[in-house]
Amino acid sequence: MDVAAKVIAIIAEQAVLDPSDVKPENTLEDLGIDSLGLVESIFAIEEAFDITVPFNANDPQASDFDISSVAAIITAVEGLVAAQS
Amino acid sequence: MNRVVITGAGTINALGNDVPSTLAAMREGRCGIGPLEIRDIERLSIQIGGQVKGYDEQAHFNRQQIALYDRFTQFTLLAAKQAMAQSGLSLAGELAAKAGVVLGTAGGGVNTWDENYRTVYEEGKNRVHPFVVPKLMNNAAASHVSMEYNLKGPAFTVATACASSNHAMGLAFQMIRSGMCDVMLTGGSEAMLCFGGIKAWEGLRVMSRDACRPFSANRNGMVQGEGAATFVFEEYEHARARGAEILAEVVGFCMTSDAADIVMPSAQGAERAITGALADAGLDRADVGYINAHGTGTAANDKTECAAVAHAFGHHADRLMISSTKSMHGHLIGGTGAVELLACIMALRDGVIAPTIGYEEPDPECALDVVPNEAREAKVTAVLSNAFAFGGLNAVLALRAI
Repeated sequence: MDVAAKVIAIIAEQAVLDPSDVKPENTLEDLGIDSLGLVESIFAIEEAFDITVPFNANDPQASDFDISSVAAIITAVEGLVAAQS
Repeated sequence: MNRVVITGAGTINALGNDVPSTLAAMREGRCGIGPLEIRDIERLSIQIGGQVKGYDEQAHFNRQQIALYDRFTQFTLLAAKQAMAQSGLSLAGELAAKAGVVLGTAGGGVNTWDENYRTVYEEGKNRVHPFVVPKLMNNAAASHVSMEYNLKGPAFTVATACASSNHAMGLAFQMIRSGMCDVMLTGGSEAMLCFGGIKAWEGLRVMSRDACRPFSANRNGMVQGEGAATFVFEEYEHARARGAEILAEVVGFCMTSDAADIVMPSAQGAERAITGALADAGLDRADVGYINAHGTGTAANDKTECAAVAHAFGHHADRLMISSTKSMHGHLIGGTGAVELLACIMALRDGVIAPTIGYEEPDPECALDVVPNEAREAKVTAVLSNAFAFGGLNAVLALRAI
């Protein structure tokens, strides 16, 4: 499974949706994922890819990790995975 | 002062998953203590407990709830659901603002601590699930109950070791009696039957390896249990006006501190709590027909408790009945007083006195009518429920039939 599919599967599970209903342009808000859901998704992403996501729940905007949409999250995770290898 | 009545009860414990099955077990003198089914049991020297067997969390909660609900919270929510359903209450508007929740637990999310310590220490991982803190905190159960039932008044958790539930219920009683609240959901819960939870207790060397035999001369220690019981306490006129079924009246409460020793109990401290509860209730000693004992099955507690009861009641001590249901459901630590209050309600409502099972040999230092091994039919109109915690913290409740 590539990075995008894995990230979408994690987000879909959090949103209790079918992966096919999670679109790249969706925001987390669109999908009904609240702040706790976001933190849990980031934990699942870290576990799945064995990476550390630079995300501070106190100030999400200031983090290097872009969570503005599903596509942005996929891009950010791809960057972290690439940086690690 | 307002009168306070109980209009709902719920439980899950080693004897049953609800109140009727628990009371049936107490009536039959059935033992819920048995071999523990937990991870790494072979490394424990204590391998028995009053465990809730065959429990499937997924049968009651969804994945997201399980991520947030420790076992002690799950038990609380299951018990609360039964109690609220029985009460028939639905809370909104002003009533919600005058409704609250006070619960007792000694350890809170012990399983969550245990599992995540394994993750970081045993497995060497450097990351834990983000909900560890909201899951393990001692007030998690109270908070989830408040959210579930819209309880918008006082909501908090009391941790006074083995007296936690009695302190919680005593405070809930006082809040309604004083007029601060109209409805309180109260009781307590504990879920410590995991490797770390039992290993810690082993250290004190007060645990029995085979059975809990309160007041019996050959008793050899306490046995841990787990579960929850919750009650709906309600202002009497409010309950009556809506035609609610009333299970019993809560009439008195007293708490004292031994101010003496961190583990050894004091008969004086216990006696002051007993006589204080009677005075608070306006009961005469001779009114009390039954006491649900703290009765842990340790050498120290049982003789101290009997001395306290004998001294507090004088000649009447020989006429009242006193039993320890811990012999059946184990010691639920911070949740124990709540489950034991069910035996008090059964005595008042059904005229059935739960027995002290496992009783084998009389102990001259516990020379009271401990209702050995078999339940007894008796009409009682007032009862006490004792709880005497480590740290010398004593809490006694008084109930009356209504």
